[in-house]
Amino acid sequence: MRYSGLRVFTQGLLGNTGWKPAWRKPAPKAEYDVVIIGGGGHGLATAYYLAKKHGITNVAVLERGYLGGGNIGRNTTIVRANYFLPGNSEFYSHSLKLWEGLEADLNYNTMHSQRGLINLFHSDGQRDAFARRGNAMLAQGDDAVLLSREEVREKLPYLDYEQARFPIYGGLYHPRGGTARHDAVAWGYARGADQRGVDLIENCAVTGIDIAGGKVTGVQTTRGAIRAKKVAMVVAGRSSQVAEMAGMRLPIESHVLQAFVTEGLKPVINHVVSFGMGHFYISQSDKGGLVFGGDLDFYASYAARGNLPRVEQVMEAGMTLMPMIGRAKILRSWGGIMDMSPDGSPIIDRTDIDGLFVNCGWNYGGFKAVPASGDSLAHLLATGRPLEVAKGFRLDRFRTGRGLMDEEGTGSQHNLH
Amino acid sequence: MRIDCPYCGARDLREYTYGGAAAYLQRPEAEAEAAADDAAWDAYLHLRDNPAGRTRDLWFHEPCATWLEVERDTVSHEIFATRALAGVRT
Ligand SMILES: Cc1cc2nc3c(=O)[nH]c(=O)nc-3n(C[C@H](O)[C@H](O)[C@H](O)COP(=O)(O)OP(=O)(O)OC[C@H]3O[C@@H](n4cnc5c(N)ncnc54)[C@H](O)[C@@H]3O)c2cc1C
Ligand SMILES: [Zn+2]
Repeated sequence: MRYSGLRVFTQGLLGNTGWKPAWRKPAPKAEYDVVIIGGGGHGLATAYYLAKKHGITNVAVLERGYLGGGNIGRNTTIVRANYFLPGNSEFYSHSLKLWEGLEADLNYNTMHSQRGLINLFHSDGQRDAFARRGNAMLAQGDDAVLLSREEVREKLPYLDYEQARFPIYGGLYHPRGGTARHDAVAWGYARGADQRGVDLIENCAVTGIDIAGGKVTGVQTTRGAIRAKKVAMVVAGRSSQVAEMAGMRLPIESHVLQAFVTEGLKPVINHVVSFGMGHFYISQSDKGGLVFGGDLDFYASYAARGNLPRVEQVMEAGMTLMPMIGRAKILRSWGGIMDMSPDGSPIIDRTDIDGLFVNCGWNYGGFKAVPASGDSLAHLLATGRPLEVAKGFRLDRFRTGRGLMDEEGTGSQHNLH
Repeated sequence: MRIDCPYCGARDLREYTYGGAAAYLQRPEAEAEAAADDAAWDAYLHLRDNPAGRTRDLWFHEPCATWLEVERDTVSHEIFATRALAGVRT
C-alpha cells in the first residue's frame, strides 16, 4: 500500500478502517542467502539495501525482541555530518545525503527535520578547533558556518549570555543538521524490506552460530536452526555476546548512555544545541518535549538505565547553559546500551570466518549512520568489497594501528570516548 | 551505586573513577614485547570479554587514592567483592 496525503485524508473519512499492517509476520524458512542478526536500524537498513540495490531478497532479519525495541528507539535522534577525520567525514556525508532522500525513497514519513545544529564554543582554543572542523566539513562538500557570539544570540536568545560560568564565544552552525523520528526510521526500512520480500522475524533470538571448516553455515535460534550462506552480526550493544557464539572477541565494551525528556511545551528550542564545556545537548521534539542528554555513565553496563550522578551532571550543565529549562518538568529518563569501540569509530567488515560479517562500534552516534551503514554492509555482503565511503571501518585497525579514527583526539583505548 | 573500599567502607559512585576491564592487569610479558607480538598486545589493549553479568574491573577511589579490583554484575549493578590492588603483582 502506497502512503500519501490523499490516503490519510480518505482514510480519515472512512474512520481509518482501511490500513493494513506495514509488514508480514512470516515463519522462518529453513535456509536464506543472507541472515542478518539484529532488527535495529542498521540491520533493517542493511536488509533494505540488499534487496533494493543488489536484488538479494532471500534474506531474513532475526530480532530477539520486537523491531525497533533497541537503541534505534532509544536515541535522541540527532542527524548530522560534522565529522572531521578522513574515513568518518565522507561516510557521514554520504549518510546525510541518503537521509535527504529517505522519505521519498521509503515512501514513509520519518519526520526528518533539518532544523540546524549549533555547537557552542567557550574559549579561543575551542573556536580554533571548531573553525578547523568547519573547514573540513566545507572541504567535504557539506555546510558549516562559524557564528559570532552576536549571531548565536540572534538564533538562541534564551541562553545565558550575562553571567554564565563559561561565556559563549560563538558557535559552529551546521544548517543541514537536525533530527528525525527514530521509530519511524526503523519502521520505514522494515516496511521497505518486507515489500521487497525480506522476512522480518521477531521474537527470534540467535543462540548459536554454526561454523564448519572455517565457514559459516547458519544459526541456531529460539525458533529453530536456520541455514545461511552469509551471516551478518548487527546487534549494537550485544555485539560481544553474539560474536562469542562464533568464538570471537571484539574490541567492544558496552556502556550505558542516558537520555531525558520533559513534558510537552510550545515551540521554544528551534535547533539542536550542544554545550561546549560539559556534555549537554538538546532539541525539542515535534510533540513539544525537550529531549536532551550528556555523557555516558562511563563504566561497563548492560542495565538499560543509568545512575544518579550522571543525571545530576546533565541537569547542572543544562541549567548553566539555559536557565529557562529549570521550569520544565522531566517526564522520563532511560538508558541504552552502547557498543563502544577503542577509537570511538565504527566497524563494518568481514571476519576471519568465511561468510561471517560484523557491523558494530557505533558508540553514541549510530542513529545518523543508519542509512550509510545499511548501504555499506549491503554492498560488502553482496559484492565482497567495502563501499568506498566505509573502507576505513576495518576490524583489524586496532591490532595493526593503521587507520585508527580517533575523532575526538582523546586516544585509541577503551573508556576514553 | 555504592562500592566498598577496603579502607573507607561503602562509598558513593561519585568518589570513584572507572579504570576499565581487569584485563589491564594482564600486561603481556617482556617476551611478547620483544617479539612485537601484536596479537598479545591487541588482546591486552582492545579485545574484551565484555560480559553481560559477572565481570571484574578496575576502579580508583579518589579520597584514599587506591586502585581497586571490583567484582560486580553489569546487568544488576550488584557489587560482589572488592580488593585493593596496591602490592598485588600480576
Ligand atoms: C540515549 C541514547 C541517545 C543516542 N543519541 C543519538 C543521537 O542523537 N544521534 C545518533 O546518531 N546516535 C545516537 N545514539 C546511538 C544510536 O542509537 C545507536 O548507535 C544505534 O541505534 C545502534 O544501532 P541499531 O539501531 O542497529 O541498534 P539496536 O536498535 O540496538 O539494534 C540491535 C538489535 O539487535 C537485537 N539483538 C541483540 N542480540 C540478539 C540476538 N542474540 N539475536 C537476535 N537479535 C538480537 C536487539 O534486540 C536489538 O533490537 C544514541 C543512543 C542512546 C542509547
Ligand atoms: Zn578508599
